[in-house]
Amino acid sequence: MTDTFPTQPGDTPDTPLEIGGQPFRSRLLVGTGKYRDNLQMAQAIEASGADVVTVAVRRVDLDRTKEQGVLYHLPTDRYFLLANTAGCYTADEAVRYARLAREAGFNEFIKLEVIGDKETLLPDTEGLLAAARTLVKEGFKVLAYTNDDLITALRLEEAGCAAVMPLASPIGSGLGLLNPYSIRTIKSRLKVPVIVDAGVGTASDACLTMEQGVDGILMNTALAEAADPVLMAWAMRHAVEAGRAAWRAGRMPRRETAVPSSPTKGMLR
Amino acid sequence: MTELTITLNGDPRTVPAPLTLAGLLQHLGLDPRAVVVEQNRVIVRRPSLADTAVAEGDVIELVHFVGGG
Repeated sequence: MTDTFPTQPGDTPDTPLEIGGQPFRSRLLVGTGKYRDNLQMAQAIEASGADVVTVAVRRVDLDRTKEQGVLYHLPTDRYFLLANTAGCYTADEAVRYARLAREAGFNEFIKLEVIGDKETLLPDTEGLLAAARTLVKEGFKVLAYTNDDLITALRLEEAGCAAVMPLASPIGSGLGLLNPYSIRTIKSRLKVPVIVDAGVGTASDACLTMEQGVDGILMNTALAEAADPVLMAWAMRHAVEAGRAAWRAGRMPRRETAVPSSPTKGMLR
Repeated sequence: MTELTITLNGDPRTVPAPLTLAGLLQHLGLDPRAVVVEQNRVIVRRPSLADTAVAEGDVIELVHFVGGG
């Protein structure tokens, strides 16, 4: 997954996204939840061009033991599996899930979620920091899902997280990027990659988010709940690339007055 | 004793005895490569499954990866 890197025109080539020493080609990371069926999921992920694919850890359903795990439907040699601790409400619970995920999985990476509220699914930053510190000590590469709060982001970086993942808006809300200023500020102050996680609803949200200069976006519901998830995945792939390119290109300044694009000289009198 | 009562994924369950964790997975028709076993809050790694006995009252969790974001 690291051999080729898509080239965009311009004066300097872009650098690949690198998280915890692992380079990735695509800056779009996608989830595997909530698709109509596994075939649709596999097709949407393929169309998204993503390298990193998130999965959750859950009890095996003992009444239906055949081929229910997500790994039966994803070529694991092709995707980098990133397990999450979704559904965990305490640091201890998240650490337990992370350990199980490491045992089930193929790498030391964990998307750490410690949720503080059932209605908004907003992070419990105290539990998040505690869990992050424990997991970093145990050798995990922690990607921490967090609020769009600079101080928490800084603390997570200090705790040794491999990436910090502030939300655009609440999980599954599709409300888009609510606070571009916060995301820009977090990106400008952190050295580790900033991956915006959650809240993106459509391609323009993804493009606008990438235009803030962040390193990538993780999304799930925007694809899975689209009327045509495969087409939306294709749109997101291009929106992320376009937003990245626009940020690298450097936008023109905003002005309060018009400036003509055609010469003012040579007009007929 | 020819039977053990354990708590398996949150539910009480009676299994034949004696039994190892590898035997339990086989009894349930599960592929050990696709499942992670936690016994009384301790993860039992795959190479140890065949050497680890299931005991009366054990709390056992069997987990795997499912779709998620």
